[in-house]
Amino acid sequence: MEISYRDLITVLHGMGFGAVFMLAFSGAIGVLYATSAAGPRVQPSRWETRMFRFYLISMAVLAWLTVLSGAYIIYPWYRAAPPEGTTDLSLYPRSLLLSSPLTSGWHELGMEWKEHIAWFTPIAMTMVAYVFIKYGPQLALHRSLRAAVLSFTAVAFFATAVAGGVGAFLNKNAPVRGGAQIILYENK
Amino acid sequence: MADTLPSPPPALLRNGPGAAAILSAAIGSCAFGVFAFAADAVPAINHALAIWKPSGALSGVSTAGIAVWLAVWFVLSRRWASRDISLLWVNLASALMLIAGLLLTFPPVMDWLQAL
Repeated sequence: MEISYRDLITVLHGMGFGAVFMLAFSGAIGVLYATSAAGPRVQPSRWETRMFRFYLISMAVLAWLTVLSGAYIIYPWYRAAPPEGTTDLSLYPRSLLLSSPLTSGWHELGMEWKEHIAWFTPIAMTMVAYVFIKYGPQLALHRSLRAAVLSFTAVAFFATAVAGGVGAFLNKNAPVRGGAQIILYENK
Repeated sequence: MADTLPSPPPALLRNGPGAAAILSAAIGSCAFGVFAFAADAVPAINHALAIWKPSGALSGVSTAGIAVWLAVWFVLSRRWASRDISLLWVNLASALMLIAGLLLTFPPVMDWLQAL
């Protein structure tokens, strides 16, 4: 059982950072709503406050790791131009997709949307984490702040869903492959 | 007799720092959309934004977008640090800029604007 180095990094980007981030969303909305709905007179314990902060900061860090690994490690592999005369485009996903009108839309609509919209998520989640840490339970008294924070969280969820969903389909049609082969399991 | 009195509610924090964070995130997102659209529409801008060749214009679009976001946040957070801001206008402006940013990253909208 083998996997190429590039496959492994792509899995880390999509399933390691991205999917864990997506899984954390419902918890983030719950944390934000529950903490701010209770109001400033109901003080969470120090442990709860630390956990909530750690949770939101972790989400922001995961979001940054996802976009940075995508834009600066995987995207260069994806968009690499094949040498003149190359007929096997399997190591050049962008060129492979563009070589057929049946698949070119995956690049022209899918990748071009994904590569940009994904950046909305770390910006939004960094802001959300900052506002939560700054105000905590006082968000219940700043209703407009709370509404904005929850709206940005929803936009971040949408952006992540688009980027993650398109990424999964792109990987089905033109996976990013290459690099050293890593043996995960050997059947003796 | 009780040993301790209930602690008084904490003083209400000014909304300025929160408003600065929200508005700057929206401005940064909108700037991101503008840079992405400009790189798609104008080859010279696309070339200029390719500050790291392997990632092409995305490297410049992302760097410029983040720079705008952080610069605006820095300025607004200093100006609004101890103020209360009308959040109605901040939220309205933020919503409009967030929508504009999202639309400007959507390829069919990019193509439609370039065809005008």
